[in-house]
Amino acid sequence: MDQLISLIQAAVIFGTVIMFGCVGEIFTEKAGILNLGVPGIMYLGGISSLAGAFFYEQNAENPNRFMCLLISFLCAFLAAALGGLIFGFLTITLRANQNVTGLTLTIFGSGIANFFGGSLNKLAGGVGQISVPVTSAVYRKAIPGLSGLGFVGKMVFSYGFMVYMIIILAILAQYFLSKSRKGLSLRAIGESPSTADAAGINVTLYKYLAVCIGAGISGLGGLFYVMDYTKGTWANDGSIEKLGWLAVALVIFATWKPKHAIWGAYLFGILYWMYFYVSGLTRSSQELFKMLPYLVTLIVLVITSLRKKREQQPPMSLGTAYFREER
Amino acid sequence: MESGIAVEMKNITKTFGEVVANSNVSMDIRKGEILSLLGENGSGKTTLMNMLSGIYYPDSGVICVDGKPVSITSPKTAYDHGIGMIHQHFKLVDLFTATENVVLGLKEKGKLDHKVIAAKIKEICDKYGFELDPNQKVYNMSVSQKQTLEIIKVLYRGADILILDEPTAVLTPQETEKLFTVIRNMKNNGKAIVIITHKLHEVLSVSDRVTVLRKGEYIGTVNTKDATETSLTEMMVGKKVALNIDRPEPVNPKKRLEIKNVSCYNKDGVLALDHVSFEAYSGEILGIAGISGCGQKELLESIAGLQNVEEGSSILYYVPDTDQIHELVGETPKKIKEEGVALSFVPEDRLGMGLVGSMGMVGNMMLKDYSKGKSFFLNHKDPKQKAEHVREELEVITPDLTTPVKTLSGGNVQKVLVGREIDANPTVLMTAYAVRGLDINTSYTIYGLMNEQKKKGVAVIYVGEDLDVLLELSDRILVLCGGKVNGILDGRKTTKEEVGLLMTQMKAGADNE
Repeated sequence: MDQLISLIQAAVIFGTVIMFGCVGEIFTEKAGILNLGVPGIMYLGGISSLAGAFFYEQNAENPNRFMCLLISFLCAFLAAALGGLIFGFLTITLRANQNVTGLTLTIFGSGIANFFGGSLNKLAGGVGQISVPVTSAVYRKAIPGLSGLGFVGKMVFSYGFMVYMIIILAILAQYFLSKSRKGLSLRAIGESPSTADAAGINVTLYKYLAVCIGAGISGLGGLFYVMDYTKGTWANDGSIEKLGWLAVALVIFATWKPKHAIWGAYLFGILYWMYFYVSGLTRSSQELFKMLPYLVTLIVLVITSLRKKREQQPPMSLGTAYFREER
Repeated sequence: MESGIAVEMKNITKTFGEVVANSNVSMDIRKGEILSLLGENGSGKTTLMNMLSGIYYPDSGVICVDGKPVSITSPKTAYDHGIGMIHQHFKLVDLFTATENVVLGLKEKGKLDHKVIAAKIKEICDKYGFELDPNQKVYNMSVSQKQTLEIIKVLYRGADILILDEPTAVLTPQETEKLFTVIRNMKNNGKAIVIITHKLHEVLSVSDRVTVLRKGEYIGTVNTKDATETSLTEMMVGKKVALNIDRPEPVNPKKRLEIKNVSCYNKDGVLALDHVSFEAYSGEILGIAGISGCGQKELLESIAGLQNVEEGSSILYYVPDTDQIHELVGETPKKIKEEGVALSFVPEDRLGMGLVGSMGMVGNMMLKDYSKGKSFFLNHKDPKQKAEHVREELEVITPDLTTPVKTLSGGNVQKVLVGREIDANPTVLMTAYAVRGLDINTSYTIYGLMNEQKKKGVAVIYVGEDLDVLLELSDRILVLCGGKVNGILDGRKTTKEEVGLLMTQMKAGADNE
């Protein structure tokens, strides 16, 4: 039982990180932009929140918990959105190839993050490991009262607020995309930008907003990773990148629907941590287990392409730049 | 009916790079009239109208709506001025329902209520006589349904000036008649309607006035009742054109292809060809008639080796000047091509098969014979000559031989495709919809080319849409109906009615010869 609870807990934390990345990316891809820079963007979000929180905690006499939250949150969102803006400028305005630009953004993000991560660790002095205890504690504060409700409390209510925030965000995103006028416009751009343009929708503006807001949401995944998953520390080990790619895979798994991203993320979490709870695994067979999320994504890809349902296909114009006067 | 000028365009000029699309064009559109905008391919009809609908912005000139000069910078401003355009390539989102496509981009207040919008769509349908299911997804719609949706979309936005870009190019005669009825209803409601077309009989039957463009310049406007096919053609082309098709008697016809019991299934697993048998002779044009999607595509592709055929099918090729007979079923497309069987299929999107859009004319010529020659490197000289030849022969308008073909106008793209196939000196030439969307002058050039091939002793198989042309051009007409041969008629003796009947009704006991 304890094993099960701890697996669920690990899966929820893991799933939350990739769900942020995934929901942000769905938002971006629905506008027809394939941003493969998700890992880089999560890096940017993670390191910026850490840096923001670190300098605030260093310089404030008595760090206010609300300020800790606000500063790290804004830093993460804005830095990630800025990454999205760069990506948008290159791919929307200059019409650079989205795949190449995205991969470059991943390399750029991880480079920047690891460079400043190293510097921060140095600045922190001591054992050479940065920590932002106050901020991290705010993010990890469980719901008082409810989390004490025995095993349900442990499984469902023992997490920081961001775990619940992303579920709400995913539901809102689903509602926005499928029900609202602006969501309809956004989907139209992803399907057929020339149609959207002819219908009087500002394609460029929408694309910029989608890529920036989407990147901002993805970046919050990095924030959650740093503050909760690694408890306010930094390590140059590239594990954010791993989660970033899983977030991209989750977009496909969820067939571009935020509602499916919710359970998909937790499923990925369970599959990913499974090796820890299966006894008798060697080091190499552990790695086989860690592949499971990718394997499941492949199976989903095969199934959806066999079923040929148009609603489950990627947005039609995904990955292509739009230029009005081109014929 | 209410009259008065809805739109006035004065001295409009638009250039793309060095190509002048419109030069100093002035015209007006009146309320409550149907105006035809006539011109050859590349004469700038669509470009001119795109400036009204906000896709392009004129380099110079003034556009007045209701007497006031306006600046139309985007499709949205065009709608604000009551101008809506139905493009040749539909601007619809396939994945959306009719309703979703209609409201797309509208800045209406309040919740997105599909029921309310569907009711409004119903109202428009009833007013003008459309039929449309608001909840149908676009990818399930036929071409004519999509077009209906486009028109409703524009009307929903309150457009008073409707521009239709070649609306009948992809419609059956019945669908066209339906469309014209609706258009007349709209006209009677005081709307101004512009139809871009080059089908002369449609111009004469539906419009009130005709404005003619030639090579980007304004030629003139005439009242339809004062015009004839000949006078309009003259305005369009700038010289007299004989409007009849030559049909020389076949000289010394020899059996070239013998198709026996060919059956095949299409991509969706439907039986597309059902025991088709016929013969094609050298020196004759075999016309193939049928409602679209009756197996024409599959038939040509079976012969070209691009389609898997069922057991028992046989396609015999009689090698010219010898007694040899080759079985083509089971051969690779490359082998069949080397035998001398050429296929030029013009699909609906023109570029889908046969040409690579981002390559120039030279590159596209090369696609056919890249494997010729012994050298490791490609030979650019021959294809270049070939491209030059096709360009001159068919008057292809392109800035340069290396300009990507996708940037050429539709008619020019087709000329490149047909020109290349003919240039390969085939013994069997198959063309499908070779003149689809082409203007009258180019169409006649292509008919001329077919006849030239026929005189050379080539067996020409011509899949066509226009029955009048089929009857004038073909020596024999094979009528396909639901994948079966429903009769082979003598092109010189049969009538349009007879062919039309065979196209739609399976002859009793006419399974096969």
